Amino acid sequence: MPVNFGATATDLIRFLPEIILTVMGTALMVLDPVLHKRASHAFGHLSIFALLAGIGGAVYAQSNPGTAFGGMLVVDGFATYFRVLVMVVGILTILPSYGFLARQQAETSEYHALLLFSIAGQCMMAAANDLIIVFIGLEISSISSYVLAGYLRDDKRSNEAALKYFLLGSFATAFFLYGVAITYGTVGTVNLTAIRAALSGADAPPVVFITLAAALMFVGLGFKVSAAPFQVWAPDVYQGAPTPVAAFLSAGPKAAAFAVFLRIFLTAFGPIGADWLPLVWMAALLSMTVGNFAALMQTNVKRMLAYSSIAHAGYVLVALTAQSDTGTAAAMFYLAAYAFMNIGAFAVVSHVSGRGERYQNIDDLAGLGRKQPMMAAMLTIFLLSLIGVPLTGGFFGKFYIFKAALESHLVWLAVLGLLNSAVAAYYYLRILVMVYMHEPGEAAGQTEPLTPGFRLALILPALGTLFLGIFPTWVLDCAGKSATLVK
Amino acid sequence: MHPVTTVHYLALSAALLLIGTVGVLTRRSIVIILMSIELILNAVNINLVAFSRQAHAVHGQIFAIFVIVDAVAEAAVGLGILIALFRNKETVLADEIDLLKW
Repeated sequence: MPVNFGATATDLIRFLPEIILTVMGTALMVLDPVLHKRASHAFGHLSIFALLAGIGGAVYAQSNPGTAFGGMLVVDGFATYFRVLVMVVGILTILPSYGFLARQQAETSEYHALLLFSIAGQCMMAAANDLIIVFIGLEISSISSYVLAGYLRDDKRSNEAALKYFLLGSFATAFFLYGVAITYGTVGTVNLTAIRAALSGADAPPVVFITLAAALMFVGLGFKVSAAPFQVWAPDVYQGAPTPVAAFLSAGPKAAAFAVFLRIFLTAFGPIGADWLPLVWMAALLSMTVGNFAALMQTNVKRMLAYSSIAHAGYVLVALTAQSDTGTAAAMFYLAAYAFMNIGAFAVVSHVSGRGERYQNIDDLAGLGRKQPMMAAMLTIFLLSLIGVPLTGGFFGKFYIFKAALESHLVWLAVLGLLNSAVAAYYYLRILVMVYMHEPGEAAGQTEPLTPGFRLALILPALGTLFLGIFPTWVLDCAGKSATLVK
Repeated sequence: MHPVTTVHYLALSAALLLIGTVGVLTRRSIVIILMSIELILNAVNINLVAFSRQAHAVHGQIFAIFVIVDAVAEAAVGLGILIALFRNKETVLADEIDLLKW
């Protein structure tokens, strides 16, 4: 059978964001000798420009939705939502990176090029409709992230974070691939839509092998979203990685991995939903509990945020457990809200920790409210949103997730999730107490003044968090419309 | 002589997966751990090619080529990270890399 490998113009337009990001990433590396030293900020400006162009490309591609490259890629509302989300995460990561890289004297083009490549991989994951594309996108995103985690190569902690991330990451990918191979052998195809058709057909293959494949792929993806029991890497990596990179890792790759998670498990493995359900709710419950209780005991802010990110992955898994369009929409909304509040919180930590990232402990935030009232106010918004206080994006995120769980008759899971949120409030409030009710310590005294770029890096996520909390309907409508397209 | 069937390949692949997993979990040297991960990726390749032959379809073999390319990229990045670490810490033993813990 002859296969047509020629790409049509429509194919290329539907692949536009990835093309823009990879071309710009490569261009940055080529421009490095020209721009280096003289205008090192230009790398950041160019990356932000590339990401804005990428968002434009994604929105333009959405004007003519459909599949591309013979069904390998699909542009629908779901794909566009996540593509735009990961590119916004990219912009929010670059804004605090200006100051960070200048402080560490490590402004190079590689940092931005790797970031763009990683985001290109995540865009590919969001639009993947074939396990080959899922795999390639996952690896483009992951391999760039491994290097980013070790970006400060003279810093032992950064080296160690990169190595741990790399070893456990490639181990998890290998398991994911083994699951893909078994799927291919049992169903005879790796196209997600075709797998769904084969599984719901009359002569469906034995469910034992498919469940085994789903379990292996669950291990791989569970690692990428840092869900328990595959979460051990997250605290070490978030603590050791450069802070803006940790912010990026906790939002971008996680959102893309959840996009893949939803698409594979609800589209391809939707017909055998009852068989994989126990895996997901166990992981959800374990992630929430392990994340929140371990976060209670942390003294390092980045490590605490890492454990909290594990708990948040658990909440999103609750939405997946619901196996409904409401659940999918809730997960999509939550990931957007989470991206804003978490990146904002990491940006504050990045600024306070200072040169060489010395001040990372919760005690180092003492008296921030007096020394840096504006930054403390922003941190308050992010932390309240992470707790899930009304008028913030975090509140509606949790609200819709637990609503979806209740609609799918998972009352006990919703109750346990709510109890977990109450535990979480303790460790977030502990930071606020430190910020407002303690005398300024050594760290707060030495914090550098805010630059206009960094103000923007704080204000944008704060506005995003508040916007999602006060006017949630707009984003929720987008998510709701796209969620029905997952099948 | 028995003919070699798909089941034989699957058994070989499962054995490689097992050896690789045990290697990752028990060995101290990071270089050996890297090799064990490569072993699992090769187990995947054997699976894909065996299924591809059984189904008389080429998809599995194409997938295997992508896996090989990915394994190369991973090895390059992994060894790079390991060298950066070795310059600072002078060790490649997993249990001596313990700065980050609570």
